[in-house]
Amino acid sequence: MGRVTRVITGLAAAGLFLAGWQVSRGDDDWGNELADRWGSASRVATADNPVYREECGSCHMVYPPGLLPARSWDRIMDSLNDHFGDNAELDAATKAEITRYLSANSADRSEYRHSRRLLRTLAPDSIPLRITETPYIRHEHNELPAQAVAGNPDVRSLSNCNACHTQAEQGSFSESEIRIPGFGSWDD
Amino acid sequence: MKNHFPALLASLLVTIPPAVSASSAVDALLDEYRGQGGGTFNAEAGRAFWNQAFTPPGAAEPRRCASCHTADPGKPGKHLRTGKPIEPLAPSVNAQRLSDVHEIEKWLKRNCEWTVGRTCTVQEKGDVLTYLRTL
Ligand code: HEC
Ligand code: HEC
Ligand code: HEC
Repeated sequence: MGRVTRVITGLAAAGLFLAGWQVSRGDDDWGNELADRWGSASRVATADNPVYREECGSCHMVYPPGLLPARSWDRIMDSLNDHFGDNAELDAATKAEITRYLSANSADRSEYRHSRRLLRTLAPDSIPLRITETPYIRHEHNELPAQAVAGNPDVRSLSNCNACHTQAEQGSFSESEIRIPGFGSWDD
Repeated sequence: MKNHFPALLASLLVTIPPAVSASSAVDALLDEYRGQGGGTFNAEAGRAFWNQAFTPPGAAEPRRCASCHTADPGKPGKHLRTGKPIEPLAPSVNAQRLSDVHEIEKWLKRNCEWTVGRTCTVQEKGDVLTYLRTL
């Protein structure tokens, strides 16, 4: 399908959907729901808390809170003295503030498509400590050859989302923004 | 003609010394370290410590302060494990550095534990800060 046709079909479908929607539901989060269902946004919420950005963005990219459930963030925040082999300890007040922020914006509290899929494909009793350990994120990358990721000196690990997703720190993962270093832009 | 007021204001702001500068934060810490038994602090000893290799238990390869910050703290570094760029540490090139006592202590604690495998002594910390400050 051409781009224009796709947009038109999308709009028509969205219109139909919206018409049906207002009959079936009365809540007001339809904006998010619409973006969610029709994939207009391949994204999750941007991490907008300055304390979180400062304290959790000094050693690596600022991970969007909507990519892990609250139970995972809680566990990460409770083991900062041994944080993946690093020491990321914080004073009690800063830690409490960041934990509150992460829980309130975690995948369980987010309407975005990626957050919901991530949660849906996660066993209810599993508490992943890494975004890269979740079945959803693993699945999205299972076709990438090792030399594009671990064997790529400019990427080194799937954990460096922003090495390929140029807008990852803004929470955006759309395909048009992907540039794999040494491989160029991503084409299906 | 353009309005020069913003430029004037900016130059005023630059000439007024900031309330907390690298030197006042470091001075406060050096005093504190002396009170805890540190002796005379020495930039040369700090430089040697900066480049010294340590192999704490569990480390696959020797670690140095220079591993992430490079042997020249006036240059940008790169986090050894994540690859994230790190701004230069020397206050002479990066005025934000060593300007906050809490921030300095937080990172010395973390980085000493990871690099050396223990907290640094007050002597080591005093020497390293003296070294960074004289660059
Ligand atoms: C002192 C450095 C440091 C600080 C500060 C730090 N981290 Fe990390 N973090 C790391 C390292 C190292 C890894 C492992 C990276 C790897 O394996 O590539 C990591 C990994 C992670 C991961 C897993 C990424 C993945 O693979 O999916 C999450 C989530 C994370 N950190 C969250 C946080 C949060 C939340 C904070 C703030 C409280 C924080 N980090 C602060 C060093 C740090
Ligand atoms: C080596 C480059 C690379 C890294 C690193 C990487 N990705 Fe991706 N990611 C891709 C590619 C390429 C695709 C598209 C896969 C496809 O279309 O088959 C993708 C797809 C995705 C998608 C699905 C996008 C959509 O619209 O369906 C999400 C979400 C995503 N990645 C999140 C992440 C997160 C979160 C991280 C870090 C924890 C990460 N990625 C790290 C290359 C990367
Ligand atoms: C594994 C990587 C790594 C190693 C090794 C490392 N550091 Fe750091 N260091 C960092 C990061 C990341 C920061 C925070 C960077 C930022 O604020 O942008 C930092 C910050 C600092 C700061 C804070 C400066 C300021 O005022 O903002 C000091 C001081 C410092 N490091 C000293 C050391 C010393 C001394 C050693 C050796 C014992 C060392 N570092 C080893 C990664 C490292």
